[in-house]
Amino acid sequence: MTLLSVRNLRVTFPTRQGTFEAVRGVSFDLGRERLGVVGESGSGKSMTGRAILGLVRPPGRVTADRMALEGQSILNLPERRMRKIRGRRISMVMQDPKFSLNPVMTIGDQIVEAYRLHAGGNRAAARQKALDMLAAVQIRDPERVMGAYPHEVSGGMGQRIMIAMMLAPDPEILIADEPTSALDVSVRTEVLNIMDRLVRDRGMGLIFISHDLNLVAQFCDRVLIMYAGRIVETLAARDLHQARHPYTQGLLNSLPRLDAPVGRLPVLQRQDSWRNGDTITESLETEFPGGL
Amino acid sequence: MLTVDHLNVWFGHHPDRVDAVQDASFSVAQGESFGLVGESGSGKSTILRAIAGLIDTWSGTINVAGRPLTARRRDRAFYKTVQMVFQDPYASLHPRHSVDAVLSETLRLQGMDDIDRRIARLLDDVGLGRGFRFRYPHQLSGGQRQRVAIARALAAEPRLLLLDEPTSALDVSVQAEILNLLADLRAEHGLTYVMVSHDLAVVGHMCDRLAVMQGGRIVEVMEVGALRQGTARQDYTRQLIAASQGYARA
Repeated sequence: MTLLSVRNLRVTFPTRQGTFEAVRGVSFDLGRERLGVVGESGSGKSMTGRAILGLVRPPGRVTADRMALEGQSILNLPERRMRKIRGRRISMVMQDPKFSLNPVMTIGDQIVEAYRLHAGGNRAAARQKALDMLAAVQIRDPERVMGAYPHEVSGGMGQRIMIAMMLAPDPEILIADEPTSALDVSVRTEVLNIMDRLVRDRGMGLIFISHDLNLVAQFCDRVLIMYAGRIVETLAARDLHQARHPYTQGLLNSLPRLDAPVGRLPVLQRQDSWRNGDTITESLETEFPGGL
Repeated sequence: MLTVDHLNVWFGHHPDRVDAVQDASFSVAQGESFGLVGESGSGKSTILRAIAGLIDTWSGTINVAGRPLTARRRDRAFYKTVQMVFQDPYASLHPRHSVDAVLSETLRLQGMDDIDRRIARLLDDVGLGRGFRFRYPHQLSGGQRQRVAIARALAAEPRLLLLDEPTSALDVSVQAEILNLLADLRAEHGLTYVMVSHDLAVVGHMCDRLAVMQGGRIVEVMEVGALRQGTARQDYTRQLIAASQGYARA
């Protein structure tokens, strides 16, 4: 069954120059898969993630023909009902753990608090769950890390702690917004392995927002390419290098490559037609509704 | 142009002293482009900052254009030879100084004359055009800001440019524009580059040779050809190359 179904999602902000549309009619389905969302800064990829979680603040407005979590509409729910979904059924990991963790609270207390908020239970059980989660994200000495403050751990460890915290309530969907951009390449692989395992073992749906095309091609199952608030191309991740939209091709070409040296890098020539012109979408429906 | 010999850089005092760079040696020829790569905390940016005079707790020798540097302050002649471009164009420009103010202040500090004409030429050099002269940073995109930062570095007409992750805060399409600009400027002005990056593909594109750093030490100095062919001598370098190729599903 499709976990999340989005049709014609729009996010608008009033400005002095008129209405600004950050997201302009985004439609997709998410199954139990790794779905990559790729685009440059300002393309609306993060705003799409925030809109799903109901995190767009007024005066921003979110509209959609449909936004449903397992058949149930979650569009513009009152905050009280949204809080029951956010964190418990749909979680989000942000780019930089430094800004997501509370600096004056130990890591253990933060995970326990987050877990009890969603799952209830007593402190001892929550503490055990927190230790289990830290072990699950490959933290070697969970007892020590539980008592540490965020500034006492490295960036890679901070990001794994965030993932542990987000996953403690066992959400059905994880939205990861540039989860590895602040990390070194060696730590990046570990963090990706953890998320990969969660998708395969728990059947979670993952929305992986990134600007790194090559990484998404290798890590995800399917990729949405966003430009100026719209999805301009949808394709299977393994076919990314056969992308047909000129924007996708331009992005790929502008990357320097170790295996294919060039004298000058091709520069992206932006076309006005990309804003409103034809898009290349094979199918809105996910190829992986029931699992991988 | 640049020789670094047995460089040690440390922060703090015993027992909390951190040895950020240990016994680093390399040299960069006139007109060459040299890369420093490694993971965060490996000491690559620290080397640049020690050369630029932003850190004074170092030992060893640093020679720039044949002149040895002392640990204390650098003189004006030094900054006429060496300039630096920083990683984050959002943080390295004063938010309330216009492009004109940034460039004219730098030119005046360098004792340049004919400031008006020089600003126009600097803006042309970095591909911004004169229309940008009276804009403020918030009216510029990330790529345009980095162009202003490069123009500011070029204002002193330096011979050696220290580039600390100059494109890692930018989108890939903008990165391509800035890398092309840096390549053009190097050819036109005969500049020497030392470039720090965590992105091996960027260093492979921009540099002739590179040093690979780990835990404050240089583990290997290699030609870019060896990087492309994956014929690194050290295990660590091979791991770094493999990890940078992206993600291989476990």
